[in-house]
Amino acid sequence: MKRRDFIQKTAASSALLAFPSVPLMAFDSPTKVKHLTILHTNDVHSHIDPFPASDAKNPNMGGISRRSALVENIRKENPNVLLLDAGDIFQGTPYFNYYGGELEFKLMSMMKYDLATMGNHDFDNGIDGFYSQLPNANFEFVSANYDFKNTVLNEIVKPYKIFEKDGIKIGVFGLGVQLEGLVDKKNYKETVYNDPVEISQEMTRILKHEKRCDLVICLSHLGYHYKNEPDKISDLNLAKLTKDIDLIIGGHTHTFLDKPTIVKNLEGKDVLVNQVGCYGINLGRIDFYFDSDKNKTNQGRTIIV
Amino acid sequence: MVNLKKSSLLSHHFVLFLTFIFLISCGEKKIFVNKIEGKQIAITNTIPEVSEIDNFIKPYREKINKDMDEVLAYAPETLEKSKGEWQTTIGNLQADITLASANKIFKSRENKSVDVCLLNHGGIRSVISKGNVTTRTAFELMPFENSLVVVALKGEQIIEIVDYIIKEKKPHPLAGLTFMIDKNNVGKNIWINGNPVDVEQIYYVATNDYLYNGGDSMNFFKKGTAVYDLDYKLRNIWIDYFKEVDTIPVIRDERIRKE
Repeated sequence: MKRRDFIQKTAASSALLAFPSVPLMAFDSPTKVKHLTILHTNDVHSHIDPFPASDAKNPNMGGISRRSALVENIRKENPNVLLLDAGDIFQGTPYFNYYGGELEFKLMSMMKYDLATMGNHDFDNGIDGFYSQLPNANFEFVSANYDFKNTVLNEIVKPYKIFEKDGIKIGVFGLGVQLEGLVDKKNYKETVYNDPVEISQEMTRILKHEKRCDLVICLSHLGYHYKNEPDKISDLNLAKLTKDIDLIIGGHTHTFLDKPTIVKNLEGKDVLVNQVGCYGINLGRIDFYFDSDKNKTNQGRTIIV
Repeated sequence: MVNLKKSSLLSHHFVLFLTFIFLISCGEKKIFVNKIEGKQIAITNTIPEVSEIDNFIKPYREKINKDMDEVLAYAPETLEKSKGEWQTTIGNLQADITLASANKIFKSRENKSVDVCLLNHGGIRSVISKGNVTTRTAFELMPFENSLVVVALKGEQIIEIVDYIIKEKKPHPLAGLTFMIDKNNVGKNIWINGNPVDVEQIYYVATNDYLYNGGDSMNFFKKGTAVYDLDYKLRNIWIDYFKEVDTIPVIRDERIRKE
């Protein structure tokens, strides 16, 4: 009897849930717009303090404490924030020479960074130096094209991470630059670099189709574009050669852009590529507005940059 | 009792069916991006600081500042790597002081002279701003822990260096070696110590361990017949030089010229 009772109750509640769900959808979709804010940095290079007023290039710019204030304010405005870094967190000021990345990771954890990818300079104290600082980071690292199988980072740095914010499912995968010729082999050890385009196809298949993410972001340290080597893999080339990526957040080339670049992908769809220079001088902000009315979006996304 | 069981089984199926429908409709309720806004926010001094963050940094900062803020020299003008197609004032200075430092050690240890110094443009990580030059300047210029090496290269590899520089189109810090780039983008008049380069002769080239190990694809270093580790960090070359000199010179001579 008890069992029957339970089933009946379940049936009733299921029915209640099931039936209104149809008209609810119809009502719900046009009104409830979901809003996700992506904040990002790249190539901060241990620039914890602002540049001094006497600096020839960037006087009074940057500073992690100010960035923190800015992020806090944006979080108050919209709690659905993802804070990401595209690599080269390490190396560039004595903070790194003295403390090996401890302060960088601790401060990024205090600012509630969600995820980062690895840049070539994050190997500067060796892969072991990076590993030894990881207990100071409350956020994870992703890299899909570095195979860490035979290193200390095996199973620690994963290819991708999926976030859910206000019912929006966001898949973020990482890509790193070719290490050979750029980083001393004794520092990257047995890390294997794999082709970013092939890996991206695999990642988007998993994230967009298997895991059904609403948004796919690539966190890249490949570099924006190489003027002298236009065919070298870069964020602009990656965008053209792949599909199902909505946004590429880049780093490595310290590229300052006036605004995010819009690139047509393999299917002719728009991909946003952004990078915000270096040294924590800027914070990138990309706002995504979602709707459940497909008809609206079939007419194309409005991109305001 | 049998009946009852049957009906509960039926209702069980019904629940499953409903749940399934519910899940399907939920799955179909996919959301789509219809608007994207992107912008960049400059971190300026008009943004207030977060005291919690600043207090956390304070003890780290104080320790470093004590060491870093010692004034070592004076720069009459700003030296930077972005001004100059084939050489820059900062690159010339770095190559010159590195060659001189390497020479001093190499002479006393090996009783030989260093002929050339080649470093990489990308390795200059900052500027020497006009005004006081401190220990911090050296840390910003050379944050990496790389150290000085001397590689014995045949004249053949010196030609490879010339080809590499022309192909890379970057003002890599260079001293001891001069050459011209002709109209067909080929190097000529390749001279070391006032003599044309002899492809069979051995030349001693100062560089750092990163480049020697194939960094920036300077693969010619791997063809060296011998390598000498001078146990001297590139940052310390800067620091020791700043301590020695009073006013930083602005070196504008052309090591590479275009025809």
